[in-house]
Order: sequence, then structure tokens, then C-alpha cells
Amino acid sequence: MEKFTRLTTVAAPLPQENIDTDQIIPARFLKTIQRTGLGKHLFADQRYDEQGNEKPDFVLNKPAYRKAGILITLDNLGCGSSREHAPWALQDFGIRCVIAPSIADIFHSNCFKNGLLPIRLPLDICETLMDDARQGENARLTVDLEKQQIIRPDGETIPFDVDPFWRHNLLEGLDNISQTLLREGEIEQFEQRANRAWIPSTEGENS
Amino acid sequence: MHKPSSPRTLYDKIWDDHVVLTLEDGTCLLYIDRHLLHEVTSPQAFEGLRAAGRPVRRPGATFAVADHNVPTSDRSLPIKDQQSRLQIETLERNVEEFGVPYFPLLSRKQGIAHVVGPEQGISLPGMTIVCGDSHTSTHGALGSLAFGIGTSEVEHVLATQTLLQKRAKNMLVRVEGQIGPGVTAKDIMLAIIGRTGTAGGTGYVIEYAGSAVRALDMAGRMTLCNMSIEAGARAGMVAPDETTFAYVKGRPYAPKGEAFEQAVAYWRSLRSDDGAHYDKEVVLDAAEIKPSLTWGTSPEDVMAIDGLVPSPDETTDPAKAERIRRTLSYMGLEAGQKLAGTPVDAVFIGSCTNSRIEDLRAAAAIVQNRKVVPSVRAMVVPGSGLVRQQAEAEGLDKIFRDAGFEWREAGCSMCLGMNPDKLETQQRCASTSNRNFEGRQGPQGRTHLCSPSMAAAAAVTGTLCDVRELMEGAR
Repeated sequence: MEKFTRLTTVAAPLPQENIDTDQIIPARFLKTIQRTGLGKHLFADQRYDEQGNEKPDFVLNKPAYRKAGILITLDNLGCGSSREHAPWALQDFGIRCVIAPSIADIFHSNCFKNGLLPIRLPLDICETLMDDARQGENARLTVDLEKQQIIRPDGETIPFDVDPFWRHNLLEGLDNISQTLLREGEIEQFEQRANRAWIPSTEGENS
Repeated sequence: MHKPSSPRTLYDKIWDDHVVLTLEDGTCLLYIDRHLLHEVTSPQAFEGLRAAGRPVRRPGATFAVADHNVPTSDRSLPIKDQQSRLQIETLERNVEEFGVPYFPLLSRKQGIAHVVGPEQGISLPGMTIVCGDSHTSTHGALGSLAFGIGTSEVEHVLATQTLLQKRAKNMLVRVEGQIGPGVTAKDIMLAIIGRTGTAGGTGYVIEYAGSAVRALDMAGRMTLCNMSIEAGARAGMVAPDETTFAYVKGRPYAPKGEAFEQAVAYWRSLRSDDGAHYDKEVVLDAAEIKPSLTWGTSPEDVMAIDGLVPSPDETTDPAKAERIRRTLSYMGLEAGQKLAGTPVDAVFIGSCTNSRIEDLRAAAAIVQNRKVVPSVRAMVVPGSGLVRQQAEAEGLDKIFRDAGFEWREAGCSMCLGMNPDKLETQQRCASTSNRNFEGRQGPQGRTHLCSPSMAAAAAVTGTLCDVRELMEGAR
């Protein structure tokens, strides 16, 4: 996984509540067997008209935000479907950090697994950052994961909370599976527990 | 956080029984008993295994079935959409290579993963169950801990049979009393989501309890748990009871004989202790719930069928007013209007929320001796080939076909418009599915979520309407 340490970039403001993962990437683009190349479908229904032309009013189509690395939204970002294609599409577009007052659980977890930092901050702070973001290229935000702070264009710092486990994983770019496989002995022991004897196999019907 | 000796919830108990180890910061390695796979969220996970040279750790805890983008028309024909075909072929290649049990597309056991799992006894009480799909919460109806995961987690489970998880908070939703005629589990769940909002359950696991929940059959409980994610909760569950044990007994993959008795003895212990702590509690009076549906583009936009669509003037919050305005415009509705009497273009009866035999029976009871209004495209998509077979044995297919419904093969279909079953621009649909998001059932499609009987009523009247008006003695 790609490391996340410190990021200085333009932030795109998208002041909408309940942005579901169907909005982030509609289901018709999930017919891929790869993780890559989904950035062009990011927010497809808001970003393109029916002919596939860019809608100039949509924030990511505006010149200032075409290379945005942060996305700031309102409540309940990433609700709905568990599709990891949502963080893949954000990542492929160039977004490395999302900020919202609340973020849905599955999307939140999927972000961490892809080197994308999700930050939950109170609504008033999100709105302050959104005002910064509205200044486009004139205002860059810095997200420092090591220090757990966001630095506003005027130098003010805003602290944020992040789960220590995932902070460590992002800072080091760790592969969870290799780490877990180091505990294989404990997993095997667990499987041998007597109270698990009733659990059948899926490898054939029981008679 | 509870102490080991203090009263525990159902969730606490299942969680505790699956912790392999706890890391210093409280992150747990949680053992997974059942992992269901489908074609859309698994290819990248198998690719990851292949790249690292890792096997599937326990094929015998894993099961695959294609559902999301399978055609629901004639299965003997080749799949026209090349990308869909490639995704299904990729799943077939992966299950073969990694030795994962699988129901092929032409098997009558094929169907939606969340219908097939319980139907086959692959999903059982007391288990941890995951799938790369947010509606995995459905299986919680059996008294299991079941939740949706992303593709990276799918790969993690395939490789290790575990997940890294933090314990969630406990939320109790209690529905007491008796529901009235024409009111179903779907209406109860819409009422719950209307109350909690779509973020109300974020960070929680919901336990559904109360006399109205106890009175539901397994299909109804599955409808409730299915839409837990629409309330923001990753998982929902109902404590297993005699209804559950009777449902599980004799299912093909369920334990048999002595093993079944041993399992039931364990399952009986899976109920929340008296005095167990819940971080949040919601109580609903079942008698107050009316046949309901959504008016907007979020599952929390719920109203009773005899109510009025909200107006932006009802709120002083400018962001909320703007959202209502934007939603009304998308949905093609006026502030303050009735939904009853609004014409529909399509009716979809299906999805992991409402495609079980009980759902089809409820819809058929309304459709019998009536006709679908000719301007409406109405379809029934059974949840599995076995549900379809059962419905045909009961003559339900004939009722639907004679009325003018399309009678289709099993799959996710128009719930998410990945296969050819989609709404056209600005078409209005009464749908028994779970999400009314913008574009969910097709670009610019307008979805009204409702129960199977309400959807059936819309098909035969051509408009959104109160199903009680079609039920003798219901009003």
C-alpha cells in the first residue's frame, strides 16, 4: 500500500450530504476485473452530461480543482454500497484525503486500505476548510498525518483524530495480510476450539 | 466496553466468541466462519492472492455465486454484455483455480448471495458472516454477526480467514405491538430508517427486538436486517429463537442429527442478557406504522402513503431546504403533494430485500384477478432459482404472468441496474429494493422504495397507492 505521510494540495469543496458510493462511482462502471483506471468514472453522473461531455459547473471539472488531492463534503460521506471501487476511483483521480463531518463505516475502512486518509471533523470546521477550498489554487491545505493536523493557508493548525492502528499502517504503507499471516499459529489454535465442532463445511451438503 | 462478567448483548457474545487475538490498541483479529463471494467485488481480491502466491486458506468456509450482473432473461443464451460475461467467467475461473464451492449460473440453486446463504443453511446462527456487499447484514436475521466488506478485506479473509476489526457500539431497536393490515416488515424498516436517518446507525450494530419483531417470520426478519446498512449500521441482528431453529433445520448445508442438537444448545445462549448495555435505543409502536414508501433519493426520505411530500419551507436549515428542493426536482415531484395517485412507469419486485417466497406470495395476493396497467412495465425477479421453482409449484408465476408481469430468472437485476434491467431516464418505479439513490436503477431513474404488496398495488392501479384499498376488510 502507498504510504501517507504529509500532503500539500488544493482541496475540492463538494457541499452535499449523504454522498453515496453509487454517486462516487455508479454501478455500471463496476464491471471491471481491475482496480485501476476508474478515475475517469469518478462522480460520473454529476460530472458528465448524457452525451458524456463534462459539465463545467461540477467542482472537479473546474480548472482550479482538476488536480485536487483533498475532497471536503458534508455529512454521511460514502454511505451505501461497500464497493471499494469508490476509493479506487478517488485515488485514481488523485484524491488522497477526504474530510467530512461524518463518514460511513465501510467506506471509511475501505479508504484506509488504499492509502487514502479519511478525516472526520465537526461541521463548523469542515465549513471553514470548505471556505478555504473555495479559493481554489490560491489556498492549499496541508494534511500532516504524523502530527495529526491540518494546516490552513493562513498557517492555523487544526488537529484531527485518527485510529492509531490505521495511522501506523498508513505511515508505514503496511500490507495487512502479511502482518496477519504472522499470527497463523493463533488462528489455527482458534480453529481447533471444541465449541466450534458444530460448524459444517461448505464443501458439500450434509446428510 | 463491558467487563467479561457483566451482562452482554447478542452482538457482544458473538463478537467475544470470534476474537482470535486483541492488539494493544484494541483492534481485534476476528475469525470469519462464512465468506460469500460474488462476481463484482472478488476479481481484484483473487488477483491479489495470485500475485502473492497465496492460497484460499479455508475453501470449506467460503461459497461463491454470481448475482449482481447476471442476465435475468433466458439463461441458455450467451451473455451479450462482454464485460459482464468476462466478470462471470473470471469468477468461474477463480473458484476452479482456488477450489471454492460454487453454484453455477445454470444451477437452480443459483441466486442472490443473501437469499442463497440462508436458504441453503450455509449461513447459520452464531456465525460471523462476511461478503463484499453491504447487504450482507441480511444474514443477521438468523442471529449471526454479518456485515459487508470491501475488496481488500475480501482478499484478507480469503488469505487468513480473519479480519482486523474494532468492536462496534450496541444499538437496540425495539418494535412493540402488532402491525396493522397491509403493513409488512418493509414498512417497519422504512419507519425505522425514517426515524434514525441514514447515518443514525453509523458505528453501531443494531439488534432488532420487541414483540413485533418476534412475530415476524424469517423472511421478514431478513428484510429488516437487510436494510440495517440504510440506517448506517454495518450489521443488524435478531436473537435466534424457535422460529429460527425451525427455519434452519433440514437445510442442505446445516448441521444434522447430533451436530444440530449441539448447535441449537449453543444458539439458545445467544440472546442479550438482562441489563445488557446499549449505547442507543429506539422504540417504535408497531400499531402506528402505516404502509410506507420513500419520496426522495435517500432511504431516510420516508413517508406514509397517506402523507404529503415535504416542502423546503418546513425547515429553517438552508442546507436541508436546498436538499429537499434538489430532491423534489430530481424526483419530478411538487412540495406538499400526495404520492398516492402519482403514475408509475415501472414496478420491480425483487432484490435481496424482498425476493423470497413469502414476498412473492404477498405480491401475488394483490395481483390475483387483476391486470397490470398497460403503460407499466412490471417484473418479478425471484431471489433464487429455488424460490422461482417454489413459486411455480404454487402457481404464483401464473398469477403474475396472466396479469402482465415479466417472470424472470434470479439475480440482483433492477436493484442496481448492472445487468440489462434498468430504468430509462425519468421513469418512475415502485421498487421493493433497498436504495433510491440518484441513478441507482438507471441514470435519472426515480425510485420509490416500498413493500412487495405496495409494489403490486402500484402495478395493477398504475399509480402509487395505498395497498389497503385493494385488500378486503383492511380499512
